Amino acid sequence: MTSLLEIKNLKTRFFTADGVVKAVNDVSYSMESGEILGIVGESGCGKSVHALSIMQLIPDPPGKITNGEVLFEGRNLLDLDERDMRKVRGRDIAMIFQDPMTSLNPVFTVGYQIVEALRLHNDMTKKEARKRAGELLTLVGIPGAETRLDDYPHQFSGGMRQRAMIAMGLSCEPKLLIADEPTTALDVTIQAQIVDLVKKLQQELGMAIMWITHDLGVVAEMAERINVMYAGSIIERGKVRNIYKKTRHPYTMGLLGSLPRLDDSPGTKLASVPGLPPDLLALPEGCAFAARCAYRNDHCLAEKPPLVEIDGPDHIVACWRWEEIAGINKNE
Amino acid sequence: MSNYIIRRIISVLPTLIGVTFVIFMFQRLIPGDPAVAMLGEHATEESIERLREQFGLNRPLFLDREALADGDLAGFFDSQYVRYMKRLFSLDMGESIHRRIPVAETLAIRFPATIELALLSMFIAIIIGIPVGIISAAKRNSAIDSISMVGSLVGVSMPIFWLGLMEIMLFAVLMQWLPAGGRLGTGIEIKPITNLYLVDSLLMGNFQAFKDVFAHIIMPAIALATIPMGIIARMTRSSMLDVLQEDYVRTARAKGLGRGLVLFRHALKNASLPVVTIIGLQMGTLLAGAVLTETIFSWPGIGRWVYDGILGRDYPIVQGGTLVIALVFVGVNFFVDIMYALLDPRIRYD
Repeated sequence: MTSLLEIKNLKTRFFTADGVVKAVNDVSYSMESGEILGIVGESGCGKSVHALSIMQLIPDPPGKITNGEVLFEGRNLLDLDERDMRKVRGRDIAMIFQDPMTSLNPVFTVGYQIVEALRLHNDMTKKEARKRAGELLTLVGIPGAETRLDDYPHQFSGGMRQRAMIAMGLSCEPKLLIADEPTTALDVTIQAQIVDLVKKLQQELGMAIMWITHDLGVVAEMAERINVMYAGSIIERGKVRNIYKKTRHPYTMGLLGSLPRLDDSPGTKLASVPGLPPDLLALPEGCAFAARCAYRNDHCLAEKPPLVEIDGPDHIVACWRWEEIAGINKNE
Repeated sequence: MSNYIIRRIISVLPTLIGVTFVIFMFQRLIPGDPAVAMLGEHATEESIERLREQFGLNRPLFLDREALADGDLAGFFDSQYVRYMKRLFSLDMGESIHRRIPVAETLAIRFPATIELALLSMFIAIIIGIPVGIISAAKRNSAIDSISMVGSLVGVSMPIFWLGLMEIMLFAVLMQWLPAGGRLGTGIEIKPITNLYLVDSLLMGNFQAFKDVFAHIIMPAIALATIPMGIIARMTRSSMLDVLQEDYVRTARAKGLGRGLVLFRHALKNASLPVVTIIGLQMGTLLAGAVLTETIFSWPGIGRWVYDGILGRDYPIVQGGTLVIALVFVGVNFFVDIMYALLDPRIRYD
């Protein structure tokens, strides 16, 4: 059976005046229908760029997908021309973005923007589309949907705008919804509401969700599997339980160590990962994380570690010393 | 929306009163007695006094406090400014000193000529400038972009009088395709309805006349259009470039909208605010530029008429012309404010 989404050796480059930015480096993974996949990493690790590469929304120039395949239901999206790709966007794969304050067009009503998406991909009259848009707003929990259709985005609060974005994303019942840090710009209480909403909608509608975030707490609640990305590559991948309980990559350990825990005694300092991510203009020869890693040795600096299966496909890691790290992981 | 329009109208009123006030004061600040200026140096004391009485020049400028002290309320308001305003409302702007023709009468013929020329120039500037700006932004740093931006720079920096003379030399003298000046060929009759001859000739259904009017207007219109065209193209380009970086443009593309719809529907409406502002400002510049163009092409508009009025110290003409141009400015700005609200809902609901 073919996977819903299978990405093979995806490489995305930005050709800038300062040199070539290696934003996505040889990323491969697959997603099944109805699955929730978490993509985790710090800012600038290539999470969003890799998602935009799937949608082919990389600003070009300077961005270019230089290698790889993006197979959606077995069809390579990178082979499609712009016209066919447009039919995929919004209908098969929808995307919602980080900042709901700027992601909706301020000069069109919310209703117009949802109706536009509906009529683009479905054979609907204006009236039908408007009715459906009202239903969608109700579905995402906006009260008085009928009248709010005629409101402009600035008349919505941040949380409501993100709900409207979700309604727009779901309008054509996509098979895959890419959520690119949809809660980052929102208050904590609103974040929880949006997370609950997306989980509920996923259960009702059954689409697959790619949830991109730097918040390991949120993703543990939602996802079945997680990809941890660093410097444009996946460095650890597997089931949530494996990533959290049997962490094998020092970077993932660092991320988890920086999460506050309820059972920490007051005054405990949060651990942080020392140093900065590497310059994507000049990636090191060996492991990209080596410079910040407490466990590095000469081998790490000389040669880039490949992804290896340590528990079948349920847990994969790219670290030369994962076996030694297994012995020191406190979480187990 | 109607609330907004009413508020804008109310806020325009003080500007209008200010305009009449400044123009009225301008008349009084000119050194010398207008009555003497009209009658000449050798007039008798008596006839000067009679003229002052006749034109109300013996009344106080604004309000007559002495009359109020006498309890004469009508006399209190019977000032030069109030009389001036009363005359304005009945469209009486005085007579030309030299020709003894009512200023309002000449304005009624000459003002439409200037407006017709300015509107056509602006139309040309917009229909070329905006698409050029959009294409340049969409194809940034391409050859098309470079060519159109250099072109617009040339358009902005080319002196109107030079371009006008070149047009005349090329199309009127060398090729003899177009008439060198004037508004209408001899033997062509136009029944004045709006006094915009392009419109009138169409209303008459007289295509022969329309062709003739068009042949006369096209050269001055192009000469006048080059500067606003260049400015509009550059403003559209930079404004579009800003907007194309916005998140909502990415959202529109993520929905599956085509490039054209993203550019012309989602981006252009957002990018148009600064462009509309520039168009409003340029409309004013067009009226100022009309003086040069009208002189070169012997165009019978108010630009040249006011210019002659200034040279001949024909103050009623200068005042009438200034007033009309000022009113056009106020009107254009009002229109720009309304356009803002139509384009951006955030302004409407303030």
